Amino acid sequence: MNKPLRHVWLVVSVLFLLLFGSTTYFHVIAAGSLNADGRNARTIYNEFNKHRGPIVVAGQPIAQSSPTDDTYGFSRQYDPGAMYAPVTGFYSVVYGFGGLERALNGTLSGDSDALFYQRLADTVSGRSPQGATVELTLDPAAQQAAWDALDGRRGAVVALDPETGQILALVSAPSYDPNALSSHDTSAVQAAWKQLNDDPERPLTNRAIGGDLYPPGSTFKLLVAAAALDSGKYTKDTVIPGPGTLTLPNSSSVMYNHAGGDATACGPQDQSTLQEAMQQSCNTSFALLGTDLGEDALASTVAEYGFGQRLQIPLSVSPSTIGTDLDGAQIATSSIGQFEDRVTPLQMAMVAGSFAADGRVMEPQLVQQVRTSDLSVISELTPRQLSQPLSASNAAQMREMMVATVEDGTGKSARIDGVEVGGKTGTAEWGEGRAAHSWFAGYAKSGERTVAVAVVVEEGGYGSAVAAPIAKDVMEAVVNP
Amino acid sequence: MVTVVSYTARTRRTLQAILLIAAAALGVLAYALVDLGRSGALPENLLQIGIIAAVIVVVLQAVVMWRAPYADPAILPIVVLLNGIGLAVIHSYDTAMNLFTSAQIEYASRQLLWTILGAILAAAVLVLLRDHRVLRRYTWISAACGALLLLLPLAPIIGQENLGSRIWISIAGYSFQPAELAKIFFALFFAGYLVSRRDTLALAGPKVLGIHFPRWSDFGPILVAWALGIAILVFETDLGTSLLFFGLFVAMLYVATDRLSWLVIGAVMFLPPAIVAVTQVSHVRRRLTCWLDPLSPENYGPCEQIAKGLFGMASGGLIGTGLGEGRPNVVPFGHSDFIFTSLAEELGLVGAFAVLLLYLLLVQRALRAAVGISDGFGTLLAGGLGFVIALQVFVVVGGVTRVIPLTGLTLPFLASGGSSLVCNWIIAALLVRMSDAARRPAARRLGAAPAAPASGSASGPSDAPSPAREVTA
Repeated sequence: MNKPLRHVWLVVSVLFLLLFGSTTYFHVIAAGSLNADGRNARTIYNEFNKHRGPIVVAGQPIAQSSPTDDTYGFSRQYDPGAMYAPVTGFYSVVYGFGGLERALNGTLSGDSDALFYQRLADTVSGRSPQGATVELTLDPAAQQAAWDALDGRRGAVVALDPETGQILALVSAPSYDPNALSSHDTSAVQAAWKQLNDDPERPLTNRAIGGDLYPPGSTFKLLVAAAALDSGKYTKDTVIPGPGTLTLPNSSSVMYNHAGGDATACGPQDQSTLQEAMQQSCNTSFALLGTDLGEDALASTVAEYGFGQRLQIPLSVSPSTIGTDLDGAQIATSSIGQFEDRVTPLQMAMVAGSFAADGRVMEPQLVQQVRTSDLSVISELTPRQLSQPLSASNAAQMREMMVATVEDGTGKSARIDGVEVGGKTGTAEWGEGRAAHSWFAGYAKSGERTVAVAVVVEEGGYGSAVAAPIAKDVMEAVVNP
Repeated sequence: MVTVVSYTARTRRTLQAILLIAAAALGVLAYALVDLGRSGALPENLLQIGIIAAVIVVVLQAVVMWRAPYADPAILPIVVLLNGIGLAVIHSYDTAMNLFTSAQIEYASRQLLWTILGAILAAAVLVLLRDHRVLRRYTWISAACGALLLLLPLAPIIGQENLGSRIWISIAGYSFQPAELAKIFFALFFAGYLVSRRDTLALAGPKVLGIHFPRWSDFGPILVAWALGIAILVFETDLGTSLLFFGLFVAMLYVATDRLSWLVIGAVMFLPPAIVAVTQVSHVRRRLTCWLDPLSPENYGPCEQIAKGLFGMASGGLIGTGLGEGRPNVVPFGHSDFIFTSLAEELGLVGAFAVLLLYLLLVQRALRAAVGISDGFGTLLAGGLGFVIALQVFVVVGGVTRVIPLTGLTLPFLASGGSSLVCNWIIAALLVRMSDAARRPAARRLGAAPAAPASGSASGPSDAPSPAREVTA
């Protein structure tokens, strides 16, 4: 009976070969697609069952994980939630991650390559691994001031240190409570998510850096003035024409010198210095100036300030743009921040800040330091210069014009006693019959401390009345702590 | 290629002792690792488990040295190791359920009790059953017992339907799968029956189209076996058990007669009822759908269990998540029917291969005993029991890894469940007993030996011992 037994063994071997094959298939070959399957709860569990590192502002954690005894093992808390939500984002078992939680997921979870040796050390020493700590550049006083000043109105505030590029405040309002999205109660999360998405004020949109781009209105005149100085044909004292109205070339449209159909000319004989035109925010002066400079000069100037770049701070920043292939009328309206000019508040803070930093544009950054759970530093912020669009002397002229605008012009409400404050207001029209967006872009300098700030309030009306006081509060929080 | 190997009279008891200690230590270590992984602390009952493992090792070693000194040294260590790994994985399932869900379960401690009982019964079988040939006397009683056990779930009151299959009985709150015990009885019956009829089955009867057909008088019991398989399929709607019994029968028939025609007849007879079941019985049909395409959106709902098992295997990857680090609680029945995916998730491809190799080795030892044993009854019994383990592993693991449709069988020695564990321990004891008979230097012991070099299928049903056997190399 040995021959049939050998055959039985052969059959058994074949059966087991099939099992080895099928096991290999699901463990190795199909593992990738199975692990990526959205119905695979283990992938989510593995992601969430980690001691994620905290996000820290000025020594205080604004997002941190703590162990739970539910199926996920850890839960994420945000405190304060809404004020920092546009920065931290959320960490949802249902809807994935947002903000820095997504942009720095590898660092926070401890999976990034930079943390390889840390993981190795944790494994060898038997410590339970913990993700890295991310310390932000934010100044809690500036953040709080911006949050309080916006007071829930739709808009955004960005403040940064123009010398280093450190972002000191990044506020978008209205905001949301990230704790509601990061709960482990999936039905509650779904309800909160639906409510946030149905909200006409769109609280999930980060108005400071992405998604929403705004016409910059008169704050764009800073760029036109800078382009004029840089061309060498103009100084701040050059006399330029500024009539009460301007009929746009090849069109019947008429541009008024001031918002609301105010046809007051920019000075006697319909002309003024460049500085006076900026102080009063004369539309026709800058339309004619921009037309004189031409589309190419404008385009190359704005590109030097960062337009068209998708910055990673490490949140992704929507590129700011101006129109292309402009005709005469379009150049004129583009020069006063209308037509197809679209910017982020962060971009305008970079523009205003460059004049305070002697013409240098620094790369804006949010992360001050990344360190492991045992406090060894993985990476540290190093200031990086993006470009130098303007010479130091021309930047000084820009500052003089901006200071004059705040001291004796449209930006008076941004004035801070004993502090050098320069800026430019904006009132950006964007829709028929809708109130204009209110803008302010400027800087403040007191001793060693410099801050650049950009404020937008959607449908806020005049920049001089609405945005400038907000900017003042934020700048004061930085330079007069 | 044929070589002649003569057995030396080495008992290999020291080797068995070392292997047993290693296997038990591995099991205890795995159990402790589960708690270290899940909660970061050693299990409270570690000492207790260690003592139980040590006692089982000592008892098994002593009994084998006393009653079966020439037994194969690998069989019991393999069984102890599989049992230990099973306990650890069940414990992992328990702790995961208790930690991550609101359920509070303790399958592992129950399995530990069953392990003790299984080891005791195995020792008892070795002590009481001095010679496996005694069992041949109970051929027809075995048949009756097996049939009775198999049909028990159909009885009113005690019969229990679970997940569409009626293969449980429940007495005083304890449920029991009688098919596991019936498996042993049927192996005994088939061995006893076939060894006395093999010649007539193989040689007598008409030959039609080149195929030997048995005589009608011989065909009767075969028809009965077939009818029983069909009855299980139809009334208990359990394709797995039905396949297992019919496979066992056909394999043993083939070993006894060396006639390939039996395999063909068996397959032909089994196919029509299987096709009917697949197309007509809804829960069998669902399993077919889940076998072919469990991941498509429209099938995912009913096939969730198998899909989640596959996710578990994928999550384990090459080396696994580690004991106590996985999520076996995600898969329904991750401690019993789907214990293979729980194991594969935490121990990875490496662990799954290791366990499959352990089974393969166990089957190989059983078939080795079947080849080495000197009586036809022993050959058939050892071969049958070895094959039924292999077939059961194939049906279970093949079911969860989509080689064949999923059926409700348990993985021998691993899966949580008392009836399965205890019965498999008895099978292990029978294999040890027969391996002892196969390796014992019979000539010297019995003092008489017409040492006829037995060859292949010519080996007769006589109990004539032979000091040397042919084996393939």
